[in-house]
Amino acid sequence: MTDDIDNRKRRFLTQSAAVVGAIGAGFAVTPFLASMQPSAKARASGAPVEVDISRLEPGQLIRVMWRGKPVWVLRRTPEALATLAEVRDKLLDPDSEESDQPEYAHNEARSLKPEIFVAVGVCTHLGCSPTYRPDQRPADLGPDWLGGFFCPCHGSLFDIAGRVYKGVPAPKNLEIPPYRYLTESLLFIGGANEEESA
Amino acid sequence: MWSERASAFMAWVDERLPVTKFWNDHAAKYYAPKNFNFFYFFGSLALLVLVNQLVTGIFLAMAYKPDATLAFDSVEMIMRDISWGWLLRYMHSTGASAFFIVIYLHMFRALLYGSYKKPRELIWLFGMVIFVLLMAEAFMGYLLPWGQMSYWGAQVIISLFGAIPVIGEDLALWIRGDYVVADATLNRFFALHVVAIPIMLLALVVFHLAALHTTGSNNPDGVEIKKLKGMDDIPLDGIPFHPYYTVKDLFGAGVFIILFVLVVFYLPEGGGFFLEGPNFEPADPLKTPEHIAPVWYFTPFYSILRAVPSKFGGVVAMGASIVVLFLLPWLDRCRVKSIRYRSPVYGILLGLFVLAFFGLGVLGTKPVSPLNTILARIFAVIYFGFFLLMPWYSAKEKTFPEPMRLGEAVVPLAKRRGRHWDLIRQGLAAIQNSAIFQSMILRVVVGFIVFFVLLDFLFYF
Repeated sequence: MTDDIDNRKRRFLTQSAAVVGAIGAGFAVTPFLASMQPSAKARASGAPVEVDISRLEPGQLIRVMWRGKPVWVLRRTPEALATLAEVRDKLLDPDSEESDQPEYAHNEARSLKPEIFVAVGVCTHLGCSPTYRPDQRPADLGPDWLGGFFCPCHGSLFDIAGRVYKGVPAPKNLEIPPYRYLTESLLFIGGANEEESA
Repeated sequence: MWSERASAFMAWVDERLPVTKFWNDHAAKYYAPKNFNFFYFFGSLALLVLVNQLVTGIFLAMAYKPDATLAFDSVEMIMRDISWGWLLRYMHSTGASAFFIVIYLHMFRALLYGSYKKPRELIWLFGMVIFVLLMAEAFMGYLLPWGQMSYWGAQVIISLFGAIPVIGEDLALWIRGDYVVADATLNRFFALHVVAIPIMLLALVVFHLAALHTTGSNNPDGVEIKKLKGMDDIPLDGIPFHPYYTVKDLFGAGVFIILFVLVVFYLPEGGGFFLEGPNFEPADPLKTPEHIAPVWYFTPFYSILRAVPSKFGGVVAMGASIVVLFLLPWLDRCRVKSIRYRSPVYGILLGLFVLAFFGLGVLGTKPVSPLNTILARIFAVIYFGFFLLMPWYSAKEKTFPEPMRLGEAVVPLAKRRGRHWDLIRQGLAAIQNSAIFQSMILRVVVGFIVFFVLLDFLFYF
């Protein structure tokens, strides 16, 4: 009786059943994987923050939390601003062509007003928060250091406008969040789209 | 009377479940080479540490709270309020480091004696999967105390996935479950750490051992014992695993446990290497600690990541440093397994590799500096060179003839080849013939001094 068995048909049926089963398994696994995406609550919690900068002293940096990330607000000194042109040659992307910032902050100082610097304090390498190092020519960072930000995790260097140095692991300049001035001394970070805040 | 009843009971069970057959197949009549040395302790020790992690982990999970607002305090509660909680936690945290010490020595053994070579490729591959799972398990476990180092370590490692082109950012987002490391991340890492990965680890251990018991163990001479069997079909150079190696491994376990409890009781933080200082500070998403470093067992790979001055390149290099280990059975073309009969070239290269591995490990604990980066690059080149040039140098090796039968577990000094052993033999002979050594009293005095110096080293910290 074994002669009656059509092995080709058997193989076809087995394989097609396996394919249909695999597609079914693919559908079944979707809810499990999708459950690991950010929850509706996490997605909604992008509320903007207001920052009072009236008491921010020259050279002082404060950190505020926006979307769970640290955002820096720094009042730069004239000396610090003077270094921006000086470090150009050492930077990977001095004109911020490949970096993320609103159009109105796409300038040398990467800000609306040159003295007030607002940036997302997250290294574009692997997400550490760089350290504010305004001191010029310290022992540990060498005689060429003119002040800026140093990432302790993997040694990335940024100038005082968050522009990344050449030859360090970070690929881009620090991100600038959307922000605007509500009054002379009140900053509004996030929330609005670029056109609105420009 | 009693023994008759016991054997009748076993017969009853064996008809229904092959307990006796299993015991014989894997212990009483499982023949292992007779010349296992020191390096053969680490397989059974890895199993012992796994049991330690499972048992202490279950009891820790009874008190720990996987919630970003409660986690740090619940760990402090385990340390202070739960009866013996500190012991459970220190056994678990010390166990994590012990696991990697044991596994690294276990892997080094394979490099010494060619244990990954045909026909044992699958044992090596299963072992490598265990190693990767172990790294995932350790990494996720380290987030749970929700300290500064937990938080920023997780931030960095998850961001590694972000460096993958096109899908990277979405993948990192999916792993975190939020835009930054947050409560969702902690909660899922807890689930993976206590349920998913331990189950996978146990399954892989079963595969690893099943494959091992199919081919049988390799040994320090790298000679297959199954090639030479007696009339009774038992390998001439084999001895039954039980009682010979069960007893030997129990002795090894005893020594290991003494060292383990010394750390648990006197050095639970391992000098800042087993538990890092910044982790005694609760996680702060706004501020990265001044100097962050992974736990010691990740530092060699972390150094490779830092050595490459490009984001994607660094991640690729780090991934490749693990992937290249998987390929080892096919990179090594030398027909001789054991380092004892391979050319001295392999010994020198293996020594260089170990040096580079240690070098990368030490550099990974240090802050970035221009000198450290250059050193890390040199060591990384040696690390990869050892593997990637292997197909070339291992094929050309001038090997020594392998023996038919197994020799001693530890080659006696008199039989060792090489000019350095000649020098050592001459030196020892000179010392033994000297007048000072001949004096019994002096020998006792010197012995005491050495003993107390060693004690002093142990308890100086």
